[in-house]
Amino acid sequence: MTLFDVPLMVIVSQAVIGIALGMIYVLLALGLSLVFGLLGVVNFAHGSFYMLGACMAFSLVTVTNSFWLCLLFAPLLIGVLGFGAERTLLRPLYARGGDDPMLLTFGLSLVFIEAARLIWGNAALPFETPTLLSGSVKMGMTYLPTYRIFVIVITAVIVGVLWVVLRGTNFGLIVRAGTNDPLMVRALGVDLGNVWSWVFASGCVLAALAGVLAAPMRRVFAEMGLTIIIESFVVVVVGGMGSLSGALVAGLLIGEVASLTALFAPKMADIVIFIVMAVVLMLRPRGLLGEPGLME
Amino acid sequence: MKTLGRRKFLKWLGAAGAGVVMSRSRYGHVAAQTRDTIKIGFVASLTGGFSVFASDAARSAVLAVEQVNAKGGLLGKKVELLVRDDQLNPRVGAQKARELIENDRVQFMGGGLAAHVQMAMNEQTKKANMLFISCSMSDEITAKPDGSRLTFHEGLNPTIVARSIAGWVAQNLGKRWWVLYADYAWGKQLLAGFSRVAEQKGAAVIGSTPYPLGSSDFSGYLPRIQGAKPEVLLVASPGVDTENSLKAITSFGLKKEMKVVHPVLLLSSTKAGGAEAFAGVYAGAGFYWGLKDKIPSAKHYVETYWAKYGQPPDIYGGYGYGSVLEIMRGIELAKSLDSEAVANALRANPTYDHYKGKQWWRTCDNKSFQDQLIVKPRDPGKNEGEWGLFEIISTIKADEAVERTCAEKGWA
Repeated sequence: MTLFDVPLMVIVSQAVIGIALGMIYVLLALGLSLVFGLLGVVNFAHGSFYMLGACMAFSLVTVTNSFWLCLLFAPLLIGVLGFGAERTLLRPLYARGGDDPMLLTFGLSLVFIEAARLIWGNAALPFETPTLLSGSVKMGMTYLPTYRIFVIVITAVIVGVLWVVLRGTNFGLIVRAGTNDPLMVRALGVDLGNVWSWVFASGCVLAALAGVLAAPMRRVFAEMGLTIIIESFVVVVVGGMGSLSGALVAGLLIGEVASLTALFAPKMADIVIFIVMAVVLMLRPRGLLGEPGLME
Repeated sequence: MKTLGRRKFLKWLGAAGAGVVMSRSRYGHVAAQTRDTIKIGFVASLTGGFSVFASDAARSAVLAVEQVNAKGGLLGKKVELLVRDDQLNPRVGAQKARELIENDRVQFMGGGLAAHVQMAMNEQTKKANMLFISCSMSDEITAKPDGSRLTFHEGLNPTIVARSIAGWVAQNLGKRWWVLYADYAWGKQLLAGFSRVAEQKGAAVIGSTPYPLGSSDFSGYLPRIQGAKPEVLLVASPGVDTENSLKAITSFGLKKEMKVVHPVLLLSSTKAGGAEAFAGVYAGAGFYWGLKDKIPSAKHYVETYWAKYGQPPDIYGGYGYGSVLEIMRGIELAKSLDSEAVANALRANPTYDHYKGKQWWRTCDNKSFQDQLIVKPRDPGKNEGEWGLFEIISTIKADEAVERTCAEKGWA
């Protein structure tokens, strides 16, 4: 049985790959969505934190020889960097309002890229799939790599954890309230300053985590964040700025669309995500599940 | 009277002194240009995505000049290499070339790794009637309208690579091919080369997938290929895409079902991608340092480069080395610094061997013909030392028949 000359088996395999691809998009977009939704700052350095996560993982793996250890520690280390950056560089600019914080993150992204070249050199860094997760599962006529299944699972777990933190903890309550009405929250005696640093750091941790997870699948080099930041933006815009469930839905949708396009019209595979974004912006500008605030 | 005289005298002395100093420095400057050194410009993409290859080429060029200077230089003068960074940007490349030509007064030009940058440089050298030997991988540089009697091309080009490799593949790996290629000039030229030879050798390109250059995820293109069950998958993915494509091809199990071939494999990509992604891939390479065991000139190049820089040279290093040595050989032969004389001398004595065996210039289009290698990255754990990543499977001898004829390129 074929559709447009393509066997059904192939289409099914393609759809499954689309889910795997979609979850990668979700992972990339989460950090950006969090920071924009809560801080109102478009973090242009999101891609560089992603890259730093991957590079840091490379260094940690060389030292510890354990993928799992660097999966845990590389994002945390980058989170510390993000915390520091927010505290010292970004915080003073909130008062100025306008686009200054955003411009700073743009500058940071450039600085990080050059710093990465200085630290890790010009050549790309090798990163192998961890042995436990290498190999693949036969799925019809194609093989789905075990590692990609792992990425799907871990992304789902992260989304779940984020949901629980934001809905079920005091910290999450403050964060959500602070987004809705920062003045009122301050009037109620809550110091939002630190909260913002924690949120930004969390965004960086998520970006770095995405980097570590992507390292076995993609080339690790200083500019690796430049393409993903565009993909992340598309997902965030389609899903709705600041909506985590929107990021989930949008990521999966875009992953599926990109995958099926790669099958039927491969030349368009990269452009199609922008077409989706354009359509969504025309029909529903606030994004699929967008509303200022979170999880709505 | 005395005061006036002294003042006048001092003023006069000052003016005269300044005049002497200025004219001497200009004279001295001119002396440096025409008397003391021969200047060769070298513009390469030292920052940006090509930086690894460009530094390989630039360092090799520096080595070449040092070696010639150690033997006494050329025509009684030392050779000076001026290296500039084009930042992988044609506008910057053109600007640097122009500065080298007009301000630094170089007499010859080398470099130009990135195809689009080299074109921009070539426009400058053509305007200045200056000899330019390019290190790029480009079909256009030796054809009309971009080529010229003073534009030489040291590197391999997509047509030669595609047709030579396709011939080898048809003979050794299988007859049903699928081509996954980057959707731009280079990729399309490779597809055209593969398709043409397939017809001639009784093989068939059963399908092709053009992918957008720079794709980070190749998983989407693979099920279709697996469904078609080709015997050979030819992957024309340049630069950054090489690792991403081969990582995906490996993890999705394609290597179990078909042979995978890559037309241009660089040592640095293989090192970065890791043995798992590259194992079992058949690849074309213009050069590999392992040639040092078979070819004396390769031994000399590899050992001197490695001693100086701590690692072996690779394909683009070879182009940088060979191209600059050719400029210098031409100067020696022509006994002149005039670009046309040097170009004519090279065409009159087209055969040379600097680092990989016999090469020669085809006189109608200034194209360098040279051998190519088929290499196979070693399996994980089987590398010979840090850099022994490849096994040389075969050498494809240089053959003018695999390139477009000069008539096809627009030369009479």
